[in-house]
Parts: sequence; structure tokens; C-alpha cells
Amino acid sequence: MTSELQRERLAYKRSRSRRSTLVALLSTAAFAVAVGVTIARAPGWPRVRQSFFDPGIAWRSLPAILEGLWLNLRVLAVCGVLILVLALGVAALRTLRGPVWFPLRVLATAYVDLFRGLPLIILLYLVGFGLPALRLTGVPNDAVVLGGAALVLAYTAYVAEVFRAGIESVHPSQVAAARSLGLGPRKTLRLVVLPQAVRRVMPALLNDFVALQKDCGLISVLGAVDAVRAAQIEQSRAFNFTPYVVAGLLFVLLAVPTARLADALGRRLERRQGGR
Amino acid sequence: MRVPGLILAVTAGLAVACAPADQATPPTNQVDGVACTKDKLPTLTPGKITFGTDQPVYAPWFVDDDPTNGKGFESAVAYALADELGYAKGDVVWTRVPFNAAIQPGKKTYDMDLNEFSITEERRKVVDFSAPYYDVDQAVITLSSSKAASVKTLAELKQVKIGAQVGTTSFDAAQRLQPEQDVAVYNTNDDAKAALRAGQVDAVVVDLPTAFYITNAELEEGLIIGQIPAGDGKPEQFGIVLDKGSPLTPCVSTAVENLRADGTLAAIEQEWLSVAGTAPELK
Repeated sequence: MTSELQRERLAYKRSRSRRSTLVALLSTAAFAVAVGVTIARAPGWPRVRQSFFDPGIAWRSLPAILEGLWLNLRVLAVCGVLILVLALGVAALRTLRGPVWFPLRVLATAYVDLFRGLPLIILLYLVGFGLPALRLTGVPNDAVVLGGAALVLAYTAYVAEVFRAGIESVHPSQVAAARSLGLGPRKTLRLVVLPQAVRRVMPALLNDFVALQKDCGLISVLGAVDAVRAAQIEQSRAFNFTPYVVAGLLFVLLAVPTARLADALGRRLERRQGGR
Repeated sequence: MRVPGLILAVTAGLAVACAPADQATPPTNQVDGVACTKDKLPTLTPGKITFGTDQPVYAPWFVDDDPTNGKGFESAVAYALADELGYAKGDVVWTRVPFNAAIQPGKKTYDMDLNEFSITEERRKVVDFSAPYYDVDQAVITLSSSKAASVKTLAELKQVKIGAQVGTTSFDAAQRLQPEQDVAVYNTNDDAKAALRAGQVDAVVVDLPTAFYITNAELEEGLIIGQIPAGDGKPEQFGIVLDKGSPLTPCVSTAVENLRADGTLAAIEQEWLSVAGTAPELK
């Protein structure tokens, strides 16, 4: 049973909220119009529109770009899984305690230092052109496989650090409690530490995933034709940049589900921790 | 109506009367109402002429990645062109413009750009091209150790893995072959060469002068398989890129035609590209 006063209060609140929605809408519209008018009145706008937003060229370049994007997606799926598994391994090695594990810790640290520091494009050249040039038997010689390997090497280093941050953020009391319950070090890690760690670093992981989405295209320097390269090929035919805009929009669309997933997970985490 | 007619008649009469005097000045001085002389040409910097080209640039088009030395085919053409338009060697300025920047819609940083740009009708919609200064053929190169070394026909060529540089007509030529495996696309010919050395592609398509340079000077066991026939029977041609609607275009085109007519272009071609033209045509 709500009182008259409470009903009034709620009605007032609703009207205020309607008002702010309206104000927000109007200010957004005004902003959009101002930006639009400024751009459209720029002296170079007709040429920019012709060079970047040509619907005919966009439509014509779409099939080739989509075909390239399919390659991006396949590389993304395979590399994504490999990176998660390997990164977790590297992070676990880096967090090992005890003098016995010293060499493994050093190796893992050296790995992270090297591959996180090395510019990806250089790593791609080294792995993609350098490795097969050795002419060793058994080394794959496919641009996509080699490019994917370089991506996995680089991103494993990044993601391992994210995992490590998560693992180290779990309070020592959690480990102590697990051990006092009789869990061994491995079970402690698997059942107590990792679930908490992974939850905490989920936004960072998804961030890296979006970065990987875009960097998958870098394997095109080794000769594979991904979405961006397909756009570049179309662009050079007509000297028109519209295909880049098409590819760019497709990548944005690709990133949106990941972003919403990150938001949803973030909200769930907040609720689990009692909300704020 | 009568008065303009009269004016026209008088002007025409005057023009005829003045005609002998006009013959004394060279024909490049005026094209389509634009004065093609150093003091009148609306270049970026008055009195100077700015050429654009990529970085790095390669032999035989340029020598030692230095367009200012006048060596290499395109550098020599640029200086001959400047001379034809009345500019001294010291008035020539070079600026480095990557491929994409050369064709962006905004303000250009060059008066004209020489960078082995092939003239196509599609590209003509967004940039101006001068009259063509070189007819170019596409050729396929490989290593003597590669399985492509034994290729003798276009049909055999289709069965090997082919690479080419993105954005070039070499790439279009490779695609025109309709090879069984997708054409591998590289940022530069250097990358394509690396892939050839690594065995990731069996053959690379480049233009013929570049093919000779790469196989003679850059690849130890390099070899030219042969030339690829032109797409529709018409030769592919290089043109100088100018801003769309540039007032310089008519002058530059006339200057190029003059250089062709007086044999200068042929002489420059002989000097820098003479090795080209002896590779067998694949059938």
C-alpha cells in the first residue's frame, strides 16, 4: 500500500526522468546536427564523400571483404583457444613458489619479456619468413599457420600476464584456508584460486580478445588475404578508400558482441560481490 | 547578337594575322589556356616543381633510393620533364609520398607523382594522369631451385603458387592467370621476394624491368620464367599522377608528348631499361 505522498513522489521522479531523457535526446540530436553540418560544409567534403563513402564501391567490395573476414574469424577461433590454454600455463609457471621451480620461473619470465616486448609485425616477419627459410623439414610453410603461430606467441605473453595479475589478486587467506581444508597445491590452484582469478580478469581478457580480433589481419603481411587486405586490393583498383570503411565497420560489428559480453559479465561480478 | 559576332570575326582575323609571330615560341608555352612556363605554372612553390615518389624506391626506376640524383628511369624522366617545362635542376624538389597518401582526397603535397602508376580508367576518376611515359609488360620470376623453374607455358604456370605486391597491376596480372591456388599478396616486392626465398610461393609477378633487376642483382638464383600477355591486348602504361583537375595536367602531358617526339624518352629508356624486352612471352 503506497501513500498518496509516495505516489506523488514517484510521479515526480518519473517526470524528472522523462525530462532528462528528453534533454539527452535533444542535446544528442543538436550535437549530431552540428557535427554533420560542419563536415558537410567543409570545402573538401564532396571529395571525401566520394573517396570514403561510395555506396557502389562499398557494395562491390563487400563479397571479397567478407571472404577475407571469414579467414580472420577462423584464425581468431583457433588462436584464441590456443592462447588461453598456453597463457594459463605460462601464468601458472610464473606463480610457482619454491626454489625447485626457479629455472621454470626464469623461462616463463623470459618468454613474457621477449614476446610482449617484440613488435608483433617484426615477430610475424621472423616467424613467417625466417622460420621456413631455414628449410628444416617438418616446419609448416603455410602463411596462415605461421602467422597464427606468431600471433599465439605474442598474445600468450600478454594474456599470461593478465592471468598472473588475476592469480596474484586472490587474497593469501584464500590459499591458506584451502590448504587448511586439506587441499593440495594443485587443487588449491584449480578449485580456489583460478575460478576467482579468471572472474576478476574477465574484462581484461575480453579486451585482449578484441585486440586479437583486429590483429588477426596482420598475418596478411605473410601473403594471406584477410578482410583488411581484401579491402586494400579493392582500394588500389579504383583509388577509393570506401572498402577500408566497409572493413572497418565489419570489425566494429565483430567487436560489439564481445563488448556487451564484457559489460554483462562485469554486472554479474558486481552483483556477486554485493553490488555497489 | 551582331556585336559578339563582329568581335569574334575581328578576333579571328587578329589571330590569323598574329599566327606567324606565335610560331616563334615553343608549343608547350600554352595548353588549354594555361601558360606552361616556369613563372606562370601554378605549382605548390612558385618557381619550383615538386615531384612525389614513394620511399624506398627501387632500381631500375630510381638508383640508390635517391630520386634527386637523376639516375634511374623515372628520376631521369622527371628531370627531363622539368627541363622541358623550363625548370633548372635546382628548381626540382622531391617529396616522399607513400602509395595511399599519394591518392588521398585531401590537399596534395606534390605537383606530380612518379611511382610506376599504371593508368586505368577507374583510377582516372579520382586522379589526373599525364600522357603515358612508358609501356610496361608483366613478367614472372622464380628461383632456379623452385619447381616453377621448369614452367614453360601459362597452363603450367597456373599450377604453381604465385605471389605479387598489393595494389599493383602485377597482382591483377597474376589474378588474370586464374591460378589454382589463391595469389599470395604482399605489402612490397621485398616481402614477395622473402616469401619466394622461403619457398612460400613458387613464383612472383613483377613488371619486366623490375624482373630483370631482381633476377640479375637481388636474387642469387633468380630467373625470369617469361612475360605474361597483356589483359585485353592493350599494353599497360605508366602515367604521372596529378591532383584531380590539376591545372598542370595539360602542360605535363604536352611536355611528355614532346619528350617522346624528340626521342628523349626513348633515350632514357635505352639508358635505364635496355635490359628489358628480351624475356619470352608465355603462351
